[in-house]
Amino acid sequence: MNIGNLIKISLRALSNNKMRAFLTMLGIIIGVASVITMLAIGQGSKKSIQSQISEMGSNMIMIQPGAGMMGGVRQSSSDMQSLKLEDYYDIRDKTSFTASVSPSVSSNGQFIYSGNNYPASISGVTPEYLDIRKLSIDEGNIFSRQQVVSAAKVCIVGKTITKNLFPNGEIPIGKVIRFNKIPFTIIGTLKEKGYNSMGMDQDNIVLAPYTTIQKRVLAITYIHEIFTSALSEDVTDKAITEISTILRTNHKIKANDKDDFNVRSQKELSTMLTSTTDILTILLACIAGISLLVGGIGIMNIMYVSVTERTREIGLRMSIGAKGKDILSQFLIEAIIISFTGGIIGILIGVGASFLIKLIISWPISIQPYSVFLSFLVCTITGVFFGWYPAKKASQLDPIDALRYE
Amino acid sequence: MNKSIIRLENIKRNFQVGDETVHALRGVSFSINEGEFVSIMGSSGSGKSTMLNLLGCLDTPTEGEYYLDNVAVSSMNKDERSTVRNRKIGFVFQSYNLLAKTTAIENVELPLQYNPAYTGKQRRDKAMHALKDVGLADRMYHKSNQMSGGQMQRVAIARALVNDPVLILADEATGNLDTRTAYEIMVLFQELHAKGRTIIFVTHNPELAAFTSRNIVLRDGKVIKDTANENIQSAKKMLDSLPIQED
Repeated sequence: MNIGNLIKISLRALSNNKMRAFLTMLGIIIGVASVITMLAIGQGSKKSIQSQISEMGSNMIMIQPGAGMMGGVRQSSSDMQSLKLEDYYDIRDKTSFTASVSPSVSSNGQFIYSGNNYPASISGVTPEYLDIRKLSIDEGNIFSRQQVVSAAKVCIVGKTITKNLFPNGEIPIGKVIRFNKIPFTIIGTLKEKGYNSMGMDQDNIVLAPYTTIQKRVLAITYIHEIFTSALSEDVTDKAITEISTILRTNHKIKANDKDDFNVRSQKELSTMLTSTTDILTILLACIAGISLLVGGIGIMNIMYVSVTERTREIGLRMSIGAKGKDILSQFLIEAIIISFTGGIIGILIGVGASFLIKLIISWPISIQPYSVFLSFLVCTITGVFFGWYPAKKASQLDPIDALRYE
Repeated sequence: MNKSIIRLENIKRNFQVGDETVHALRGVSFSINEGEFVSIMGSSGSGKSTMLNLLGCLDTPTEGEYYLDNVAVSSMNKDERSTVRNRKIGFVFQSYNLLAKTTAIENVELPLQYNPAYTGKQRRDKAMHALKDVGLADRMYHKSNQMSGGQMQRVAIARALVNDPVLILADEATGNLDTRTAYEIMVLFQELHAKGRTIIFVTHNPELAAFTSRNIVLRDGKVIKDTANENIQSAKKMLDSLPIQED
C-alpha cells in the first residue's frame, strides 16, 4: 500500500475521533510550545548578558601582577611591583594581535569641589583606555599625548562624579577639582554607561594621564595593571599567548616556573556568566522536555486504545491481503501525524508565547532556529518511538483471532 | 476435465490447549473444481471453522498438503499467504466487516489497495464494476452506517469479487440476515455461480445446502458425507414464493 493511501486512511481514522485526536495532540502541543518558550527565555537572558559584556569591551584583556613570593612569603597581588613600564612598551610595540594598550595606575581618595565632596578612585591611563573600555567622550576632550608626557594635572570624569560634585548643574569642563589636595582641571566628561551586569556603577570613574598619577599622586615607577584589546574577540587567545611570552621574557621567568602575572580576558568572565544562564536554559528545557515525554506517553496510550478498538478492522485488512508491515505503517503513520501536527501547532504557540512574554513582561527573548528544529525533531521521534510499540502489536495480531474479536 | 481449484491431501490440524492436544481435523482429503458451488456443513465442534481458516490461507495444517490453484500453501510464510489471500481469495463474513463511516466504493476498493499493480483509477473502475454486479450501482457513495444489512452484505460480496479471486469463501454469509434478505443474498451467490465462480459456503444451516451444487458434511474433524446435489433449488423461486410483507 502506498504512502498516500496510508496517510488518507490515518487521517480518516483520526477524524472519526476528532476530540480524542485533539486531546492527544494537546500533550505534544504543550510539550513543544514549552520547550520553545523555555529555550527562548534561556537564550534571551544569555544574549542580554553577552551584550552587556561586549559593552564593557568583549575583546578586552587585563594584565595584573600575579601573587608572588618574596623571601618565602606569599604576597597579595596588589602589593606586587612586577609590572613595569617596559612591559607596557613591549606589549604596545611587539605584539601583532593587540589593538590598543594602556597602562593603569589607580588611587582612592576624596574629590572636592567647593562645598561638595565624593569618594572615588582615579585611574591613570593613556587615551587608548577609552577604546579598550568602550568609553566615549560626552563633552570636552580626552587628554593629549603631550599632556601624558608632561604629566599634566587634567582629568575626565564620569556622570556619577559630576552629579555629586556639581549638583546644581554647573558645567564641569574647565573646573578645577581637588583629589588629595592635588588640583585637577576637568577637560572632558564621559557618556553615561549605567550599571554593568555585576552591579558596578560604570559612571563612577575619573581618568587622568598615568604619568600624573605615577609622579604626582603615588610617586611610584611601576604600574598596577595593563589594559589591552585584542584585534577581535576571536584572536583573544593568540593575543594572550603573545603577551605571556613577552612578560615571561621581560621578567626572566625560567621555563618551569610559574608566571608572576595574570592575564585575564573578558572571555573568561563571559564564559562564567553565560555558563550560569546555560544551566538555567538546560534546566528549563529539561522541565519542558518532561512535558513532551508525557505527551508522547499520551500518544502511546491512545494508540493502544485505537489498536484494541480496531482489532476487527485489522483482522479484516489482514484477511484481504494486508501484510504485517502494512498494518504497522498504518498505525505508525497515525502516531506520526498526531505528533507532527501537534509539533507544528506547538511551534506556533511557543513562538507566539515567547513574543507575548517579551511584550507583556519585557523579558529578553531569543528564539533560536535550532530550538525550533530540535523540538520538532524530538516530537517526531516521540511519535515514532511511542507509536512503534502499539503499531507493532497490531501488526502481529493473528487474523483469525482479530476477526473474532468482540 | 475441469481445472481443480482446491486439493486437500490428508489434512490434519491439532491445537495444543494446556496439556491436551485437540484434533480439530483428523485427515481430510477432497478437491474442488472450478465452477463448483460447495456448501461445507457441520455442527459446532465439527472442525468447520478450522477448515474455513485453512481454506482461506489464514492458518496452516499440522500435517498434509493444501493446493490452492495448484500452489502448495502449507509451506508458505505469513507474507506469502497474505499475498495469496489478496490475489486468489475473496472473503464474505457473517458480520460483513465493512470499515465504519466509509463509503461502499472505498470498502470495495480495499483489497486492491494492497496490490501495487493497480492504479487509483483502475481501483475505482473495478470497484464500480463489482458494485454494479451486486446490484448496488446507486449506493456507491453511501457510507456503511447508512445501509441495511442486506446492502452491507452485498458491499462485502462486491469486495470479495473485486480482485477476481479463484475462490469465494463465505462464512455464514446469511447468518445475520432475515429470511427474505438471506434468500436475496443466496440468489446473488447462485448468479455468481452461474457466471462460473467457484464458491465455498460454510454454514451450520442444512436448509442452505439445497441451493449449492455439492454438499460436504464434517463431523469430529472428518468428512462424513460428500455428495453432489443433482437437484439444485432456485433461490429466486423461493424468494418469489415468500409472502409479500405488508407491514
